Amino acid sequence: MSMNTVKIKVNGRLIVKEIESRWLLSDFLRDKLGLTGTHVGCEHGVCGACTVLIDGEPVRSCLMLAVQADGLEVETVESLAEDDGSLHPIQKAFANNHALQCGFCTPGFLMSVKNFMEIHPDVPTDEEIREAISGNLCRCTGYSNIIKAVKEAYVLKC
Amino acid sequence: MKPPKFSYLRPNNLSEALEMLAEYGDEAKIMSGGQSLIPLLNMRLSTPAYIIDIGRVEELKGIRDEEDSIVIGGMTRHADVEKSPLVREKCPLLSEGIRWVGHNQIRTRGTIGGSIAHADPSAELPCMLTALRGEIVIVSNEEEIILSPEEFFLSYLLTSLEPNQLVKEIRFPKIKKGSGYAFEEVARRHGDFALVEVAAVIELNTDGTIAEAKIALGGANSVPFIPEGTEGFLIGKLPDDSILKEAAVLQIDELDPEGDIHGSKEYRRYLSGVLLERALYKAVERAREGVIA
Repeated sequence: MSMNTVKIKVNGRLIVKEIESRWLLSDFLRDKLGLTGTHVGCEHGVCGACTVLIDGEPVRSCLMLAVQADGLEVETVESLAEDDGSLHPIQKAFANNHALQCGFCTPGFLMSVKNFMEIHPDVPTDEEIREAISGNLCRCTGYSNIIKAVKEAYVLKC
Repeated sequence: MKPPKFSYLRPNNLSEALEMLAEYGDEAKIMSGGQSLIPLLNMRLSTPAYIIDIGRVEELKGIRDEEDSIVIGGMTRHADVEKSPLVREKCPLLSEGIRWVGHNQIRTRGTIGGSIAHADPSAELPCMLTALRGEIVIVSNEEEIILSPEEFFLSYLLTSLEPNQLVKEIRFPKIKKGSGYAFEEVARRHGDFALVEVAAVIELNTDGTIAEAKIALGGANSVPFIPEGTEGFLIGKLPDDSILKEAAVLQIDELDPEGDIHGSKEYRRYLSGVLLERALYKAVERAREGVIA
């Protein structure tokens, strides 16, 4: 068994752990750190449910080994809400617009949208939003309300 | 779906990486961005004893401006190429086509060298590199060699890479004055692998006739396909609609795409002609507009 010690900053907290090299980042977050907000859907990089931010950029955590994240900074959906439980503007906008039904895909959408709003500060067109969320699959809510929510997130942010 | 057991090696520089490859090559797999390799590990289609993660090898990262080419290190991520003003100016085909590679979440991790070495016949980079007549620089602890795409891509997911070699950098020729370019693709959803894709560069003479045509089709054969007959047919001709229409279907019968649930062999052949016509039309338009002056 190949063990490696990793130092990863997760949601601002430095984690030092010895792990097996074959652990995926998604499983590391969920099973070793208990951060079960990151959902695991397809496990081969198609559905986007496991999207997290690595050094600020959106990445599929099922397509990354935890050892690859050694020395990097990871943000998961748990980093969005405040400590007192008040929601992030993107989360509020999703709730206001019924942009989640079962909620399984939602953490991935939230993290993708967070990055999109950072790199795209101007209010986007529907077309741009569709492209921005094209790497995230939703099988029950439908995309129309998600697009509405992204637009509202831009309003709430101001 | 979890990766099988393997030993993880992370070289800090190129010479360390090449030493590791020389020692473990037969049982090792290079990991750059991991966006093709990790699904293969998750599905247990690949079970290497060693994984050599070249993610921290700085010598393999970056985009360089050389005389005739833009040279991109194998470990350079798609997202960095997509954002590069240098690439947009000197090699606009690449900027256009790279946006078709997966999704943003894939392009932030996936690399140029990884895509070339994986050699999926439907992937965008092998197709664009073949159309541009670029070169692949391969290195081992013994030597450095330069191969053309035709020498490098052997078949579906198969390249000429030996176990002790890795893709060091890729040379994409710069676009010439008086040229136009186009990348056309049809995929079932944005970000999926292409059903068929076409990359084309057309250079016009001052009298409006075609001086040079460089074309490749992806997803239509086991390796990117250069329609040499079509390229030859176009040279010297004034590209009006009927000529482009005729050129686009000239070699359709030579294509041998795999048919599957997403599209039959016949459909993909037909689509190749449609996309080639669109690509030629757009490339000629751009050349006429003098986009590259």
